[in-house]
Amino acid sequence: MITLSNLNKSYTVGKNSLHVLKGIDLEIGDGELVSVMGSSGSGKSTLLNILGMLDEYDTGQYLLEDKIIKDLSETKAAHLRNKYIGFVFQSFNLISFKNAMENVALPLYYQKVTRRKRNKIAMEYLDRMGLKEWAHHMPNELSGGQNQRIAIARALISKPKVILADEPTGALDSQTSYEVMDLFKEINKDGITVIIVTHEKDISERTERIIRLKDGIIGDDIRNGHNYN
Amino acid sequence: MFDRDKWREIFDTIRKNKLRTFLTGFSVAWGIFMLIILLGSGNGLQNGIKDQFKDSAVNSVWISGGQTSMPYKGFEAGRRIQMTNEDYDRAGSTIPGIEHISGRFWMWGSNMLSYKNEYGSFDISPVHPDYKYMERSVIVKGRFINELDIIRCRKVTVIGKIIQDILFKEEPPLGKYIKVNSVPFKVVGVFEDEGGDWEMRRVYVPISTAQKIFTGGNRINQISLTTGEASAEQAQEIISNIKGQLASKHKFDVEDQQALHIWNTQEEFSKFMNLMSSIRIFIWVIGIFTIIAGVVGVSNIMMIVVKDRTREVGIRKAIGASPWSIINLILMEAIMITAFSGYVGLVLGVGLLELISPFFTTSEYYFMNPEADLMVAVYATIVLIVAGAIAGLFPAIRAAKIKPILALRDE
Repeated sequence: MITLSNLNKSYTVGKNSLHVLKGIDLEIGDGELVSVMGSSGSGKSTLLNILGMLDEYDTGQYLLEDKIIKDLSETKAAHLRNKYIGFVFQSFNLISFKNAMENVALPLYYQKVTRRKRNKIAMEYLDRMGLKEWAHHMPNELSGGQNQRIAIARALISKPKVILADEPTGALDSQTSYEVMDLFKEINKDGITVIIVTHEKDISERTERIIRLKDGIIGDDIRNGHNYN
Repeated sequence: MFDRDKWREIFDTIRKNKLRTFLTGFSVAWGIFMLIILLGSGNGLQNGIKDQFKDSAVNSVWISGGQTSMPYKGFEAGRRIQMTNEDYDRAGSTIPGIEHISGRFWMWGSNMLSYKNEYGSFDISPVHPDYKYMERSVIVKGRFINELDIIRCRKVTVIGKIIQDILFKEEPPLGKYIKVNSVPFKVVGVFEDEGGDWEMRRVYVPISTAQKIFTGGNRINQISLTTGEASAEQAQEIISNIKGQLASKHKFDVEDQQALHIWNTQEEFSKFMNLMSSIRIFIWVIGIFTIIAGVVGVSNIMMIVVKDRTREVGIRKAIGASPWSIINLILMEAIMITAFSGYVGLVLGVGLLELISPFFTTSEYYFMNPEADLMVAVYATIVLIVAGAIAGLFPAIRAAKIKPILALRDE
């Protein structure tokens, strides 16, 4: 469902240009549970941003569900993001003055779902996360693990095809991290493609496919112990 | 644009950031408040001045004889000009544009009026019937002097309310005779005058009667006339005409400024009105600049707000907010805050004016009934809403341009 062909991306920092992605060829199918690894500066976050249409690439092609993603207007990009993609970030990125339920419901607001309906659906998702009693609490009243679960609920509520997670366990302790990974596994079983960027080995080992980025291109592509690259 | 959900989003944001909202709105509220106070005060000033002018009919001209200051046709300077009945007749019959005209002469001396055992010294004013249009006198009983009184030199009089109170007390005065300088005159009317008590310590008598009985001759000290609907220019023409007639009859230079004393209330009134217009313009300018300051304040704060909310905007965009939706969010918030605080300023301004109004019901200090024109207040609020939109536009566009990945980067 995701195809990248010879993708290149450079950043211009002042007068210098940093060539971050140097020709990425990648195919990810429906319902895969993938982790993307690489050292700092290897371009993994950049790759994720491009996949999530939060950033543009220079050359190459990106196909999402057979749609060519190139030079999208902000409005179109926002629409596609809302429809196909759910984001989970390292620092949760919840809106601080909204409570848990409102945070989870927010993507539905941009799908023009009425308030009552979206709050109801949000409560269902919170329930699934085991956070029903915390629905009216503010993010700063909840633990990291709880916040991340709220963020995941928010990512799921718009019924996306792909979940993109950027270091989702980075701010969590090991126990909570494993719990979050179990959550991703469950979500994946429902048929949602999950792509996780991480630098932690034990996290990536909990996924089915590990893609390693090295110097802007794909190094290893390991599935079930077998390296396909 | 007006769907309830959007409003709830905006109100939510405002409610949870009260201090910021207050600071944003304050400068705007202050601007409108000041504008209302200034406009109301301007009105108060205008009303006070208008009221002070109430005593005389607005469009009246008062001419009295003076002393020549220029030699003319063999005559030396320093000659007293004495007007006569002839001048009155000529002016009234030959000059176009005059609405009402009356002569009058002064009666100096002790002017004793008495009725039975009551007596007192008052002002006696011999006039023509048209004089009732010159002062703002209102006949409350009976009638004023009329043509027949003049033609027949009748001994009739119209007395002021105060004189009625003093001489007649509770007794009805019409038809009774009072002694005017020992001569019996019949009371045919009673008048009241808003100009003040001293106006009502006066009796009017037919000028022909007074000329016959008291002073003899045909002397007139003052000619007063009203110009009706005439414009300022037309009134000036009438005045020039009279001046011309009097100058040729009494042989003085028509350019001589001292030969006649002319008081044109319309001119004086227009001078004040011009002053008022200038003051009004000045007030508006100040008001507008104050509002501009307020708008800049809002824009400023909104810029900061956008910076503050960068991360939130990034999140919303990542979740699916279109740039339009972001602009809308910021813009609507700016407009709401501006409109609401404008309204608060309006209410406070009007409230303050209402509060001080009871202390200024007379025009004693040239300040009366300070009220702000409601339409102006409404226009000002509309201006504010537009201003709020402008103020919010730049920050809003800025917000829409935020790149989500930059916004979401760990700060």
